[in-house]
Order: sequence, then C-alpha cells, then structure tokens
Amino acid sequence: MNLRTPIKTARGLGSAKDGVHHWWMQRLTAIALVPLVLWFVFCVASLSGGDYETVRAWVSQPFTTVMLVLLIAVVFYHAQLGLQVVIEDYISAKAPQLTALIVVKFLAVLMAVIGIVAVLRIAFGG
Amino acid sequence: MAQFKLPANSRITDGKTWSAPAGAGKTRRFRVYRWNPDEGQNPRVDTYEVDMDSCGPMVLDALIKIKNEIDPTLTFRRSCREGICGSCAMNIDGTNTLACTKACDDVDGDVRIYPLPHMPVVKDLVPDLTHFYAQYASIKPWMQTQTPAPPDSERLQSKDDRAKLDGLYECILCACCSTSCPSYWWNGDRYLGPAILLQAYRWIVDSRDENTGERLDDLEDPFKLYRCHTIMNCTRTCPKGLNPAKAIGEIKKLMIERRT
Repeated sequence: MNLRTPIKTARGLGSAKDGVHHWWMQRLTAIALVPLVLWFVFCVASLSGGDYETVRAWVSQPFTTVMLVLLIAVVFYHAQLGLQVVIEDYISAKAPQLTALIVVKFLAVLMAVIGIVAVLRIAFGG
Repeated sequence: MAQFKLPANSRITDGKTWSAPAGAGKTRRFRVYRWNPDEGQNPRVDTYEVDMDSCGPMVLDALIKIKNEIDPTLTFRRSCREGICGSCAMNIDGTNTLACTKACDDVDGDVRIYPLPHMPVVKDLVPDLTHFYAQYASIKPWMQTQTPAPPDSERLQSKDDRAKLDGLYECILCACCSTSCPSYWWNGDRYLGPAILLQAYRWIVDSRDENTGERLDDLEDPFKLYRCHTIMNCTRTCPKGLNPAKAIGEIKKLMIERRT
C-alpha cells in the first residue's frame, strides 16, 4: 500500500536546475553540423575516383584538417547528447540506464579522439 | 528489457455484443472498452448496436443512451456535456477527445471508444488522474506576488498583457494532450506533460504574477520540462484547439533568455 500523498510523488526529488545547457548545446551542434556535413559530403563527392595520395593530400591541407577535426568533434558531441536523451527516454531501470549512459559517453569520446588523431597524423605525420 | 506484448492480464479480449432492438432505424456499432476491477478478468471490448434515429448526435449522447437503455453497468465520467468541464475525455476513433463535442458522424465505421491511453484504469472508461492532478498542484497554479493585493481593487493588467493569456486560460485540464504524448507515457512519473506545462506557462506569462523566476527554476529539469521532444501530439489532439507545444517552446525560450 502506498501511504505517500500524490503531491509527494509528483514533486519527487524536485528540480535538478539543469537541462538548459544540454538542450542549448544540442541545438548549437545541430546548427554547426549543417555547413560541416554539407561541406564534407561535397568534398567526398568531388574526391570520388581519386587515388590514395589525392585523398591524403586533401586531408593534409590546413583548411581541410581544421574542418575535419571540427566535424568529428561536433558529430560525436551531438551524437552523445542525442543518445543520452534516447537512453533516458526508453531505459527506465536505473542500473541499465546508468550503464548505457556511461558506455555511450565513453565510446563517443574514444571514437572522437581516434578520428581526430587519425586526421592529425595524416596532416602532420608526413 | 523490451516488452512487445501487453502483460497477460492486460490483453484485451472480445466481449459481449448487444444487438439493436427490433424495429430500430439506422443503427451504429459502438465498440467500447470494458474493465471491472471486481471481476478479476481481462479487459474486453463490448459491442453495442445503437439506434441512431433516437440518439443525440454526439458520442456522449450515444454513451448515455447505452447506459440508460442497454447496459447500466457501463461506467464513464461526464458532466457539462458542452466541452467545458473536461470530464468525458476519452480515446474515440484513435484520438483523445471529449465525447461531448465529438460527433458520431465524424467517425467512419464502428465507433471505437477506449479510456485515455497509458493511465491506470479505475473502471471501464474512467482513468485514474490522481498523479496528473498532483502534478498540476505541484506547479502552484495560483497568483504569487510579493506586492500585497490592492485592498480595494483588482490587480490591473494592460490589454496587451491580458492578450498573452489567450490560448492558455481556455485549457480545461481534460488530460487529452498529456495522455497522447509518448514522452508522458514513458516518463509520466517525472515529466509534467503538455497540459501541466501549458498551465505553468499560463502563470509564467501572467503580467501580475511576481514569481516568474521561481516558476522557471522549478521547471528547469531534464525530466519535468525537457522530456518534451516537440512530438506535437498534444497540439494535434487538443479538443479545445489550443497549442501546448507552443507554450512549452515559449518556456524553453525563456530558459535561454534568462541566461544569455
């Protein structure tokens, strides 16, 4: 039997005084991804048929390097924010929810670092 | 983990069919969700054939006719029969709406009637709205000021400020929008839902209320407010033609405005 009042349940643990930053960052990264992804798709399309050396030379151009690093960082930041919402929405059991959140965040950082290091190695590795 | 079927004791079975009386004119089939906690059985869908020649035009008229003339055990809430009390909110033809303002003629084929989705059912078409009302109380839906009320007059408001309440004050808290919202289905224990957030905005935007900041503080939460993903079911289903999604969007804009 539940002896708690309905308002006790509704008020719960109160407001986290948080969530605006997450929401705002999701919007900002979404806006940033519009030009970044368009640029990336356009470049990859124009490189089609190019050989290994052509693509390597393209990646090591300073502008390309900057854009690729930005793209990778923003993509994984945005993906991690979005997946966090999906997990919070659909996994209600606390332990699996926390596990999934940790795995997603760690994987996002890992993959972003792998991508960025790969680009930098091509750019500066010679 | 993932559950793709209802639990065994929640699966809906076929119920009784109540045929139209002999000599009935134009008849219509109403397929109505039935569940009685005292019977210990699964929910079922009963079929009522109603003589529309002697029935009012609205779905509520048909329900009342069924209860009066066919099956007195059918249980539902109703009061004003003119769309202002919100008691007869239910799921008709797949959409949450008020039975009293939904015309039978607006439904094609059999009229399927279920209680508001994803709420605990008390009996038949009566959902348990205790938590919904408690959430409403939790946003403190009354005027809060530091300035004492004028002793001999109303709290005045400009015409422009009064106009900001249009589209908000008409909400009758029927719960059609909240119970149509997938976010409210999955996280209704913590997410306030469109109806309560529209009501919260009604007090946030009120020029006479002085606790705007505290109200925003109380809403600034990943679950209370930010479970809204702009799905827009709320606006689509609102029987009063209001736009809860826009009110929630306005709250989110204020959250940004006060930190930039």
